[in-house]
Amino acid sequence: MNALLNTLRGNVRQYGMIIALAAIVILFQITTDGVLLKPLNVSNLVVQNAQILILAIGMVIVIVARHIDLSVGSVAAFVGAASAIMMTQYDFPWWLAVFLGLLIGTAIGAWHGFWVAYVGIPAFIVTLASMLLFRGLTLVVLKGATVGGLPEEFKAIGNGFLPEIGPDTGFHNLTMIIAVAAVAVLIVLEVRRRSAQAAYNFDVLPFPLFVVKLALLTIVIMYFAYLLADARGLPIVGLILGGLIVVYTFIMNKTVFGRHVYAIGGNVDAATMSGVNTKRVDFLVMMNMGLLSGLAGLVTTARLTAANPKAGVNFELDAIAAAFIGGAAVTGGVGTVIGAIIGGLVMGVLNNGMSLLGVSIDWQQAIKGLVLLLAVAFDVWNKRRTAGSGGAGAEAAEPSAPPPDKLAEEIEAMEAELSVDSNDPPKT
Amino acid sequence: MTSPILEMRGITKEFPGVKALADVNLVVNRGDIHAICGENGAGKSTLMKVLSGVYPHGTYSGDIVFEGETAKFGNIRQSEAAGIVIIHQELALIPELSIAENIFLGNETAKRGIIDWGRANREAIDLLARVGLRENPLTPVKNLGIGKQQLVEIAKALSKKVKLLILDEPTAALNDDDSQHLLALLEGLKEKGITSIMISHKLNEIEQIADEITIIRDGQSIETLSVADGGVDEDRIIRGMVGRDLENRFPDHTPSIGEVLFEVRDWTVMHPQDSHREVIRQANLSVRAGEIVGIAGMMGAGRTELARSIFGRSYGSRTTGSLLLDGEELTLNTVTAAIDAGIAYVSEDRKGLGLNLIDDIKTSVTAAALKKLRSGLVVDEHKEVVVAEGYRKNLNIKAPSITAGVGKLSGGNQQKVVLSKWMYTDPKLLILDEPTRGIDVGAKYEIYGIIQELASSGRGVLVISSELPELLGLCDRIYTLAEGVITHEFDRSEATQESLMRYMTADARK
Repeated sequence: MNALLNTLRGNVRQYGMIIALAAIVILFQITTDGVLLKPLNVSNLVVQNAQILILAIGMVIVIVARHIDLSVGSVAAFVGAASAIMMTQYDFPWWLAVFLGLLIGTAIGAWHGFWVAYVGIPAFIVTLASMLLFRGLTLVVLKGATVGGLPEEFKAIGNGFLPEIGPDTGFHNLTMIIAVAAVAVLIVLEVRRRSAQAAYNFDVLPFPLFVVKLALLTIVIMYFAYLLADARGLPIVGLILGGLIVVYTFIMNKTVFGRHVYAIGGNVDAATMSGVNTKRVDFLVMMNMGLLSGLAGLVTTARLTAANPKAGVNFELDAIAAAFIGGAAVTGGVGTVIGAIIGGLVMGVLNNGMSLLGVSIDWQQAIKGLVLLLAVAFDVWNKRRTAGSGGAGAEAAEPSAPPPDKLAEEIEAMEAELSVDSNDPPKT
Repeated sequence: MTSPILEMRGITKEFPGVKALADVNLVVNRGDIHAICGENGAGKSTLMKVLSGVYPHGTYSGDIVFEGETAKFGNIRQSEAAGIVIIHQELALIPELSIAENIFLGNETAKRGIIDWGRANREAIDLLARVGLRENPLTPVKNLGIGKQQLVEIAKALSKKVKLLILDEPTAALNDDDSQHLLALLEGLKEKGITSIMISHKLNEIEQIADEITIIRDGQSIETLSVADGGVDEDRIIRGMVGRDLENRFPDHTPSIGEVLFEVRDWTVMHPQDSHREVIRQANLSVRAGEIVGIAGMMGAGRTELARSIFGRSYGSRTTGSLLLDGEELTLNTVTAAIDAGIAYVSEDRKGLGLNLIDDIKTSVTAAALKKLRSGLVVDEHKEVVVAEGYRKNLNIKAPSITAGVGKLSGGNQQKVVLSKWMYTDPKLLILDEPTRGIDVGAKYEIYGIIQELASSGRGVLVISSELPELLGLCDRIYTLAEGVITHEFDRSEATQESLMRYMTADARK
């Protein structure tokens, strides 16, 4: 029993924000008399928060690399405005406008990256300048007015849902199929990861807990899918978001680039002295944030069915808050994409739940501010308590699965190779 | 006349796992200039931190008697109130503030929180006159040269009604003229009754100015020499500083030395901020395959600067000269280029430059050679585990598993992780900067073994160390470095601690 308690305690840090999210969901589910988790409301929750979650993914990477990006809201507004003008005034096809919008976002990100990485101006200053610059340019492009009349295909990016297939079951079939497939993939990956970790004698979750964890994950995903399927099915932005989460988790955990981001965030001098091209990493991180800002701008414009000069105001604050609530460290080097998503959901559920309760917008702001402070305080307290027990970098990399007996052989072979004695004889 | 102003009796200070000071005794007579000598890491600075309250009363054992009263300083403010002021090697001035603002920082001439600038500036002028510095007190400190900044520090000390002035390596960064001016100033202060304690590596200056010299070695006070009694010269001081037996602290090793592997020719490096200041001047050295070559030098001699300038110019500006590896000239403008060429550098600053402390062992081991682990888009984490596990066993890294955070490992095990990181890049030349700093004896022995094995495998090894016995026990050849100049080259058979120390403290720039 004690061992179980210890394991739970050790995992509080990892799962703390998930527990907090669950608590907030339960709280609002009760206080709103079950409205929070009504199918239509859940569907709205996804659609309304997608742009913040997209930005949070980029923002957590920027924060891990010890920077910040204050311009994301203005850049999103500018890209939305530019694409709307392209479609309405120049009759560009919607796909071309989307492509060019993403390109503009990337170019703005590269502009930030140039100043931050190669000129050495702090990202705070560079993006503060852009926050003003692109808010101004948005007004210029839109001439201060709202531009609507966008093509249906474009609006579907923000408001559309996946098409229905198969017989009429009363539920959205495709959504349920996707959910079942996602659960299957998740279980296979988790089991493989666990057996690999066990093979290396790493600490793993005790088997019963592991089963409980998988069961909970399955239930949550299936219930979520059921709610969506009961309403209008999986929103297109939901699919985009899911894809981004998978891709960016992969990049941060599995690629050399992801390793380098964590390395420069953890200790930029040590990374430099290990041969990491820190400038290039900084540049790419800022450029990527521009790309995602552009995407968030397109999604917002599509959802609002018009480009608005005031779109995207305060997006940067929500995205930054999401990253920090999700466990990113101000000093860099720590943070995960999943964490930022959970942080974003905490903010989203708070917004939605308080709106349902009829809390006025001014009080909502105040409460969200306090939640941010408390969440980070909890994290700091938790870190101090379990000082030094691995960071996000430690969690970031887990081995894939080699069979155990093969492993022993390979380690032996490696040892032989590494033993400096057996290397080439000295040159004479 | 010779009543003691300060007595430190039986001072013992322990850090976790290390006894930094063991039963140190120091008696300083009123009105003297008292020098403290010892090798790097002997405990001089720790002793001064005990005295000035940086390590508060209660964290050490032993007594401090100052002006006849037992002192129990809890912090620097209290020791300063008693009249003890320490001037650190790295000056504690704020570059953007003016001379007057710096002098009265933390000690403002204020009434009810409002500063009386007129009075502050008038007093600053008086103080500057006393230290012989003719500058406007409104000048920002950043506009002053390092020598004048040192004088501002002393003026600041005087403003605090100093009775005992402690100077840690006051002339290390100064040129000859500035040094002489400073020493003359200390003698002037002495005449006005201010006692000084001076820590210095420059033995000629100590010989010139000190009344008494206390020698500290391995955290113990060895002896106090009185200059007035005669017979004190540099040789005598050096004997006291190094007088220790070479124990059997090194694994057996028979070197097998091949052709010249690596050469540095006419290497001159300028200071990164001040591109007219030579940090390394016309250095020439070579390392042969299978050879362990040492670089001996006092702190500030330019050892690390030399190593880092070689390692992809990660230090310095306007670097000139050439590097040859396997007879081919190298152009290494980045660290990446240096690693690719087959050079590895293990930094003296393990926590600052060697490791990402929030990382685990396996990601740290592979951090410098991730290229070797890449398969397609991804890092081959399977291979990574195999590699890291191999090094953990091979180098005997003591940790529960390779997923343990490196921040929690002991110094010795951290160093093994850093060595693994560089061994995995498969270098031809390894530069090891203070490879055993802060590491206990057992782990040192293991690390010496690793270094010897690396050499036996045909690699060249360049070792920088402050510990002369370490260099003598480990190296086949040793270069001495003083003030950025290579002053001598010793074969293992002809080097002794005394001969090394003589060339390390030589006045190289004359």
